Amino acid sequence: MTAPFHPTRPFDLESIRRDFPILDRRLDADTAMVYLDSGATSQRPRPVIDAEVDFLTHDNAAVKRGAHRMAEAATDAFEHARTTIGRFIGAPRSEEVVITRGATEALNLVARSLGDGDDTTPAQLRVSPGDEILVTEMEHHANLVPWQELARRTGATLRWIPLTDEFTLDLTGLPSLLTERTKVLALTHQSNVLGTVNPVRELAEAARAVGALTVLDAAQSAPHMPFDVSELGVDFAALSGHKMLGPTGVGVLWGRYEHLAAMPPYLTGGSMIETVTMDRSTYAAPPARFEAGTPPVSQTVGLGAACDYLSALGMEQIAAHEQALTTRALEGLSGIDAVRVLGPGASPQRSGAVAFVIDGVHPHDVGQVLDSLGIQVRVGHHCAWPLHRRYGVTGSTRASFSVHTTEAEVDAFVDGVARAIDYFQAASR
Amino acid sequence: MTNPLDSLYTELVIEHDKRPQNAGLREPFDAEVHHVNPTCGDEITLRLHLDRDDRAGGSLRIRDISYEAIGCAMSRASASIMSDLLIGRTTEEALPVIEHLETVMSSRGTVEADEELIGDAVALMGAAKFPARIKCVLMAWKAYQAALVETQAMGER
Repeated sequence: MTAPFHPTRPFDLESIRRDFPILDRRLDADTAMVYLDSGATSQRPRPVIDAEVDFLTHDNAAVKRGAHRMAEAATDAFEHARTTIGRFIGAPRSEEVVITRGATEALNLVARSLGDGDDTTPAQLRVSPGDEILVTEMEHHANLVPWQELARRTGATLRWIPLTDEFTLDLTGLPSLLTERTKVLALTHQSNVLGTVNPVRELAEAARAVGALTVLDAAQSAPHMPFDVSELGVDFAALSGHKMLGPTGVGVLWGRYEHLAAMPPYLTGGSMIETVTMDRSTYAAPPARFEAGTPPVSQTVGLGAACDYLSALGMEQIAAHEQALTTRALEGLSGIDAVRVLGPGASPQRSGAVAFVIDGVHPHDVGQVLDSLGIQVRVGHHCAWPLHRRYGVTGSTRASFSVHTTEAEVDAFVDGVARAIDYFQAASR
Repeated sequence: MTNPLDSLYTELVIEHDKRPQNAGLREPFDAEVHHVNPTCGDEITLRLHLDRDDRAGGSLRIRDISYEAIGCAMSRASASIMSDLLIGRTTEEALPVIEHLETVMSSRGTVEADEELIGDAVALMGAAKFPARIKCVLMAWKAYQAALVETQAMGER
């Protein structure tokens, strides 16, 4: 276990905003840019941009191969970033931090590997016919489709925890869903649509009690709240660089070392082997086993800087800031009759993704009006189509907040929603 | 002050969105297709009814286009305007209309729409300057084209 973080700078919104150069962007002469789509891709603060530029300016070379000093410098920067990331997520060992191309690849890695074992693979890490895979109805497609595919390849059965009308997991049927047949429980820490924060620790404990692995999609949670894999008690966790103020093209799979050390590889090729002969190969220890090919080196360095940036602000402070914004947004929207929020009311189990539908105005049209006001929100099903179907809609409009979001921006968003309704319902039209 | 949104949501678009023409699924029909926009989840089910018209040299005349569309104002209005425009034409007559529409829509606003040729569909052409909305407008037209291909495939059997 690592020591808890202590913020090293005050949560001063003005100075935070100065760290994000893109916030000065204007969409046209009269329109400032209000970025409320961090749930899709977050913006990067100057230290993250600089870290990548510095690395490329001074230390760029192939990592983990070659004996020259540049290769050493690059490898040091890469491995230093891995250590930083590991510390940020509470990983007991930095060898448990596998660098991937994103959270999607991290989840696919686990799902693929769990179906690829043979007689030498521990039974716990091998999904077979008759086994069950348990997911939830609120999953992003990235944590649903890989499990559908695993079930198809292995003859296992996919089951799911349904959702309540209150936008939370319906755990009443859990005893019959999570049984000794369950091999894997895959769930999101925080819904990218509803904002619901799931009781991961309790569910991981229940999974462990029946011998099932817990795979956590932490793409939405890690940037917004204190996050510690050891405390959560999960077996695997997937993170996305570009959703946590870091670069695109990089993500993380954290996994318990004893699992990673016993799992077959996902991608194969250079850098992941131990020995290679013409007819067979043996594989390196984790994390190298799961890092075939050249990793996204400068992106990983950028992600390390993003972890440092978040740590300096303090995850408790960030969570509190975004809670306050969420409460304000929900209060504002509650004053507009035609709006139906998809998600629970404000609470610590409710994060800063605020999705809603408007009777009679399609999300695409709402987003268009908001965009005309400079407000950048996501529209559509947000890669969570089954969730939207569950609530009887094809899509929704979603605002999502970050460290740099202001109350004034939230107010502009609420005002913009009201204007969108006026625009489409104006009597003259 | 004019609202720049009005170039997208023209009066005709709003009118067709609120009171869609030829909406609902009807019999008879020769082909039915179902199209989905995977990015937003919008859907259209479209039925096409054709008739060989001997007075028009045996051309295929579009007798009916009926549809059910779930989607944004642009996609719903587009389906409505298209049905209004194409019902009664021969499939050959529909062709240049669709071709021109696709040209304008992929031009990012550099090609002026020919109102003589595409009639009320000109009201949809503001979307050419909103790249994210082009798919919304084209969805119904793609569905019509797919239905037409299907009727031809049936004719060959």
